[in-house]
Amino acid sequence: MAKRILTVDDSKTMRDMVSYTLRKAGFEVNEAEDGKKALAVLAGGRFDLVITDLNMPVMDGITLIRNVRAGSQHRGVPILILTTEADGVKKAEGKAAGATGWLVKPFSPDKLVDVVQRVCP
Amino acid sequence: MNPLAQFRQTYFEECAGLLEEMQAGLEALADGAGDDETLHAVFRCVHSIKGGAGVFGFDALVAFSHLFESLLDQLRDHRVPPNRDVLQVLLHAGDALADIVAAARDDATLPEDFAADVTQSLRALLEGTSAATPAPHTPHPTEASQPGERHRYRIVFTPRTELLERANEPLLLIRQLQRLGDLAVAADTSRLPRLDVMEPEAAYLKWIFTLDTGAAEGSIRDVFEFVEDDCDLTIERVAPASTDAAVAVEAAPPPKGTGEAPIAHTVLAQSIRVDVEKLDRLVNLVGEMVITQAMLTEESQTLPTDRYPSLIKGIEALAQNARELQDSVMAIRAQPVKSVFARMPRVVRDLAASLGKEARIVMTGETTEIDKTVIEQLNDPLTHMIRNALDHGIEPPEERVKAGKLRVGTIHLAAAQRSGRIIIEVSDDGRGIDRDKVLAKARERGLVAPGTQPGDDEIDNLIFLPAFSTAETISNISGRGVGMDVVKRNVQSLGGRIDVTSKFGSGSRFVMSLPLTLAVLDGMVVSVGRQTYIVPLTAIIESLRPKAADIHRVVGRGDVLALRGEYVPLTYLHRCFAIDQAITDPCRGIVTIVQSEGAGRVGLVIDQLLGQQQVVVKSLEANYERVEGISGATILGNGRVALILDVARLNESANGSRSAPANEWFDADALVTA
Amino acid sequence: MQLTKDAAAAASAQDDLRRQMDGGDTQQFITFRIGDEEYGIDIMVVREIKGWAETTMIPNAPSHVRGVINLRGVVVPIFDLRARFGMGLTETTRMHVVIIVATGKRIVGLLVDAVSDIISVSPSAIRPVPEMGLPANDHFLEGLVALDDRMVTLVALSGLFGQQAAPAGGHAPDGDGSDAQKAA
Repeated sequence: MAKRILTVDDSKTMRDMVSYTLRKAGFEVNEAEDGKKALAVLAGGRFDLVITDLNMPVMDGITLIRNVRAGSQHRGVPILILTTEADGVKKAEGKAAGATGWLVKPFSPDKLVDVVQRVCP
Repeated sequence: MNPLAQFRQTYFEECAGLLEEMQAGLEALADGAGDDETLHAVFRCVHSIKGGAGVFGFDALVAFSHLFESLLDQLRDHRVPPNRDVLQVLLHAGDALADIVAAARDDATLPEDFAADVTQSLRALLEGTSAATPAPHTPHPTEASQPGERHRYRIVFTPRTELLERANEPLLLIRQLQRLGDLAVAADTSRLPRLDVMEPEAAYLKWIFTLDTGAAEGSIRDVFEFVEDDCDLTIERVAPASTDAAVAVEAAPPPKGTGEAPIAHTVLAQSIRVDVEKLDRLVNLVGEMVITQAMLTEESQTLPTDRYPSLIKGIEALAQNARELQDSVMAIRAQPVKSVFARMPRVVRDLAASLGKEARIVMTGETTEIDKTVIEQLNDPLTHMIRNALDHGIEPPEERVKAGKLRVGTIHLAAAQRSGRIIIEVSDDGRGIDRDKVLAKARERGLVAPGTQPGDDEIDNLIFLPAFSTAETISNISGRGVGMDVVKRNVQSLGGRIDVTSKFGSGSRFVMSLPLTLAVLDGMVVSVGRQTYIVPLTAIIESLRPKAADIHRVVGRGDVLALRGEYVPLTYLHRCFAIDQAITDPCRGIVTIVQSEGAGRVGLVIDQLLGQQQVVVKSLEANYERVEGISGATILGNGRVALILDVARLNESANGSRSAPANEWFDADALVTA
Repeated sequence: MQLTKDAAAAASAQDDLRRQMDGGDTQQFITFRIGDEEYGIDIMVVREIKGWAETTMIPNAPSHVRGVINLRGVVVPIFDLRARFGMGLTETTRMHVVIIVATGKRIVGLLVDAVSDIISVSPSAIRPVPEMGLPANDHFLEGLVALDDRMVTLVALSGLFGQQAAPAGGHAPDGDGSDAQKAA
């Protein structure tokens, strides 16, 4: 059965690209445009991986991660954060909140699939 | 060719929205109307533009937005003060960014020195903060792994519990290592405690790997990239491996087959014109389908799951599809708010002239799309808010000059979509709300209890109370009862909210938030006697079954419910609507606390709550007439019509008349014996 | 008991034929009964005929408004013509009938006892309603037709719903009275 991934980003371009790339790689992908929506989507089903942006309106990525890790349903699910190179601090912050790994923007489709497969084979 | 090139168009469409939001935010900041959230929003816009630009390799755009973003970040961290100069630079940077985006979109080349002054200013401001981080480079994968000599590495890896908590998985790391070469794995279980004291989620194992590989040590470290802070790790080269150079090992994971991705052929927007009536019919049909589906779902719940598994599964899939179909159809019918906004400059011009004032209107976010059902309802409240801003906000030119303001006042009208709602803001740089005056008036009218001191926000929001007007002489523009209370009531009956923030002397900002569509709403299905009604969820604060001791009768005013130290007036729905066979004792039924007219809360006494449901809103007026206390109708899963309560008006009709509304087109007096 | 648009169309085609034959322009009416009386309504406004089914009550409506029903997704009010004519509420059974009619842009249902016939009437056969010294509220009575031993009262929807253009209810901004105040 295809692994299910939730991609969370307020940018439609990013969501589209991530979904497209991962679907092509055989994953099932759902989307959410902010942390709050992501939590709602997560509550409605089982996911094998969450990929989230950090800067988002309503609820940012860090808060989303904390919430996921504090809940019961998806606390053991890997979470990748999307970050920019300059964001060394953000990486650490994401990690401290419970992120599994990160993906540096901008990334190539291959890189995305590669990183996803590292944490969610 | 980058397979993601097909998202170019999406990117630029998104950019257009982001730029608009950014501009609006920057303008708000420059006007002093913005707050931290505005700044965050602007940051996010620039950040998103940069993110996409990187993917498509728009280097100039990446570089500039990076600089811009860095300054915004410094502002967020209060390392750069938001003074006038900085705000000016931001505004210019915003314009420049828009130009660079446009150039990227049109494949145009900008002159070398384009926006050099802005870039210079950005740099200068950043230098003062030592935060001048170098611009990131567009992706250039550096994994040109050269299969070098083969070496043997001994890797000792001791995961800590955090590693597991963050959902990293040692097994996956081992698999990755395996891809680098020949791997021997040994587990050290010495730290493993007795079963009865073992923490199921703790890490107890230590791993010792022996890896023969031609990959560089860096590649090995890369495997542990995500976990290096969550484990103890040593990697050392050890005694020569039995170098069997004949075995070539793939050093890198095989590339995924994305090479033949379809290329974006056209970047032209493709659209067709469709008659609105056809769309409406489609929306209605989909609405019907959703109702039928709800009915099927309801029915299917009575079936034994084990006997009809595929039927039940099919119905679940249908529910999902129906919902998605509905969303898609609603999205087609969405229109930019431009059509309503476009009428406002005229309103400003005409009214300014008649009031002897000077004002201009600035609009942002006109392309924000909402369902036409909302657009149609937007005109009245918007017009009224604009008029209010001109009439009560903007001062006469001389007064403005005296106050050190520009002669010409500015009214800013902005729309944006946020969290599934549309936010419309009307702000002005006029005189703001005179809280002392408002409070005095409110006290005089008994709207504020003597001896209490409401907060600033509460005072500002007093202007939404019915018939509250501070205009000394009631003008014929927005006085005489058609005050902000009417706007509030309109907005509430659309399932929206409105708030005001104001700074005396420098202006007011009205923010209204509306649902994106009026075609569907989330409702609570309730019953009273044999009747079923829908209460919009947005109106409900809470529902409870009160204790008898909490119900009190106030002579001449009806019953109240004591709720956490407050008294909430009760409205008996069965009395409002003359329904028999209903529960008359609130302690045996349910009291639903709803937000009603003005700032008040009302407890609606009903029989029971039947559940929450999204309903398709139907007009009652189309074939009948407006009914007091009812905002529309819907069709339930069982095919029956249920009326949707207009909670704000219910209150009024319950306190007032029970008489039949005038029914002119079917007049009961016109009795004729045949 | 289903008379659909098709039936109406067929009847109308038949009517055309007859018109060609006798050169007169006859009008067709669907006749229905309330109690012992027979009424007729212009066939052109009739959309369909349904059996009576329970309605959803409209709060504080006049008694002749029997509530609303779902007609394929459209919310349609049902009027009790017996009550409208001042003869008390209809005691509804499953045998009662609702005639769905279109008037202007509105679709409404008329609750009657039964539908009986389709008749063709030439204008010259329609007799004016005699003055009976009652207030002139009979603008929905179009005329009387004598058929063999029966008399049919023709009902004009335009008269019944004549004032629909006026916004119903007390919400007009200039409305002095505002029903909200009256009974306080």
